[in-house]
Amino acid sequence: MRIVVSIKQVPETTEVKIDQAGGRVDTEGLTRIINPYDTYALEEAIRIKEASGATVAVISAGPEKTNESLREALATGADEAFLLSDQAFEGSDPLAAAHILARGIEKCGPYDLIICGRQAMDGASGQVGPSLAEELGLPMVSFVRKIEELKDGYIRVQRMTDDGYEVLEGPLPMVISVVKEINEPRLASLKGLMKAKRVEIPVWAAGDLGLDASRIGPAGSPTKVTKLAPPPPRSGGEMIPGTADEQVKTLVAKLKAAKIL
Amino acid sequence: MISKAEAKHIWVLAEQKKGKVANVALEAIGLARKLASASSQEVWAVLLGQDVGGLAEGLIQSGADVVLVVEHPKLDTFRDDPYVDVLAHLAENHKPAVFLIGANSAGRSLAPRLATKLRAGLAADCVELSWDAGNLVAVRPMYGGNVLATVTCPEARPQMATLRPKASPRPVLDASRKGRVEKVDLGGLQIRDRVKLLESVETGGGEVKLEEADIIVSGGRGMGGPERFAVVKALADAFKGAMGASRAAVDAGWVPYAHQVGQTGKTVSPKVYIACGISGAIQHLAGMRSSEIIVAINKNPDAPIFKVATFGIAGDLFEVVPLLTEAVKKEMS
Ligand SMILES: Cc1cc2nc3c(=O)[nH]c(=O)nc-3n(C[C@H](O)[C@H](O)[C@H](O)COP(=O)(O)OP(=O)(O)OC[C@H]3O[C@@H](n4cnc5c(N)ncnc54)[C@H](O)[C@@H]3O)c2cc1C
Ligand SMILES: Nc1ncnc2c1ncn2[C@@H]1O[C@H](COP(=O)(O)O)[C@@H](O)[C@H]1O
Repeated sequence: MRIVVSIKQVPETTEVKIDQAGGRVDTEGLTRIINPYDTYALEEAIRIKEASGATVAVISAGPEKTNESLREALATGADEAFLLSDQAFEGSDPLAAAHILARGIEKCGPYDLIICGRQAMDGASGQVGPSLAEELGLPMVSFVRKIEELKDGYIRVQRMTDDGYEVLEGPLPMVISVVKEINEPRLASLKGLMKAKRVEIPVWAAGDLGLDASRIGPAGSPTKVTKLAPPPPRSGGEMIPGTADEQVKTLVAKLKAAKIL
Repeated sequence: MISKAEAKHIWVLAEQKKGKVANVALEAIGLARKLASASSQEVWAVLLGQDVGGLAEGLIQSGADVVLVVEHPKLDTFRDDPYVDVLAHLAENHKPAVFLIGANSAGRSLAPRLATKLRAGLAADCVELSWDAGNLVAVRPMYGGNVLATVTCPEARPQMATLRPKASPRPVLDASRKGRVEKVDLGGLQIRDRVKLLESVETGGGEVKLEEADIIVSGGRGMGGPERFAVVKALADAFKGAMGASRAAVDAGWVPYAHQVGQTGKTVSPKVYIACGISGAIQHLAGMRSSEIIVAINKNPDAPIFKVATFGIAGDLFEVVPLLTEAVKKEMS
């Protein structure tokens, strides 16, 4: 069994500045980490490897420094890593990003299971996983909270829904996206970090993937971001004074005035 | 690909489950009605399922001009494969200008696949949609709600968006509205159907859904233990609302993950959000900052939650919350 985990490198914080002149989010100088959701995806792959034997490949599309996150994934237990990197990828919307990743995954070898995070912490679109499945012509289950059974050509999972969960089964290869509930990710080990240093990470550009210029970057992105703004400030900060009794009375009066009660 | 020149009308997926249309789908129809009026287009509701034709009238009363009804055994319950194939087929035949889908667990899984198949642009999890010079203008939160991005899709059609639950009000039913119901025959359409549903479990036990609740009472680490969550639950029940939790409370095992609000949990925007014993970490705020009224109850007067709270109560939650529960019960009876 070969499992591909798709990881994105994101800024470690969501408290970012907006560069109005540049019309972009300024993440310069921020520490970059593996998207927290993707650590669950990676952990799940490593657990499968430990339980029943599997090769775990990690893949990411991003700038050169994404290498660091790929090495961290290797140090945590992945066997192979692939970086898709090209200036021409910049400005790709989720549809274009999924197109790039799909071609990268096809090039990196055979796969039985592709695991994504539920969404990236920065863009938060949650589109790349399902879009990737469609690009690869594969079935997909989103929001997986448990893999119940996995064997040659078959998977059964629990998918988190709005009011509970569903049990679904289907054929491999398949794409799944995972939620936090699925496991408790481990950290990279020191021994792993030493070993990861020596692993060669292939870097593929648009040409290596045979990508058409009209399908990547701004040209391949049907959506455009026309404005970035901070959320409207909350007019908060009114403290209700008094004893607990008085506080509750005042609050109830406020909620009545707001027609809540 | 659907050409811009040909595309018209605003479509909404009228997602139904067990014969009931999802609230977020109704909210989307209400919003679509406004967009359609601003652009002289029609609202088309797309209803997929088995024996669901009876729901069409309600969709018209909610604001649809046309209801496309597709009944097929493979569409009985939501699954990505058949839904994607049928919706893509309908869109290719009728060429909508806009396609709105609810941003619930089904919609957020389905919409990106449909967009990819149609090579359409998609703005995910939008909190605001408007119309400007022939284009849909979508506003969506990024970076845990710290950035609001305005997204347009100037060329590709349909312009797709998933709409966050409760971002727009439920339309008031208008019994006098007239519309057209069209039953669609799929003919020999090939429908993929690779993933099978074995079991569907509702764990809420009839509780109000977090995303749809008007009032949410959440507890954090300040609750101190699983039994003591009863205090929060009692207040939520008094309001006929839902119970939420911070990640600290979920990680401690006091409440199931399904209740977690925040960046790695659910995003909610109720009328009132009452945070009890929650400090107000940025990751928690990411999930609830768009609530209309935020009430914070915390014994630390310097807790960051008070900066976003509409009303702050510095005090011991075990003293304040039971008093509030009694007062609310009295008001509601
Ligand atoms: C990648 C990432 C994702 C995350 N995602 C989420 C998420 O989705 N949701 C989330 O909530 N967090 C999330 N977190 C965690 C977040 O950073 C905080 O750690 C968490 O929200 C803290 O929970 P808390 O407010 O309940 O606990 P604390 O920060 O410990 O606060 C407890 C509060 O209770 C008060 N208190 C104690 N006793 C009482 C009492 N008797 N009466 C009144 N007040 C009392 C204290 O004054 C304190 O302010 C995430 C973190 C990371 C790094
Ligand atoms: N640039 C990328 N490289 C690798 N994987 C990605 C990338 N962007 C998104 N993904 C994967 O797709 C998931 C959803 O991301 P998003 O659609 O951006 O919210 C992530 O959790 C990753 O698993």
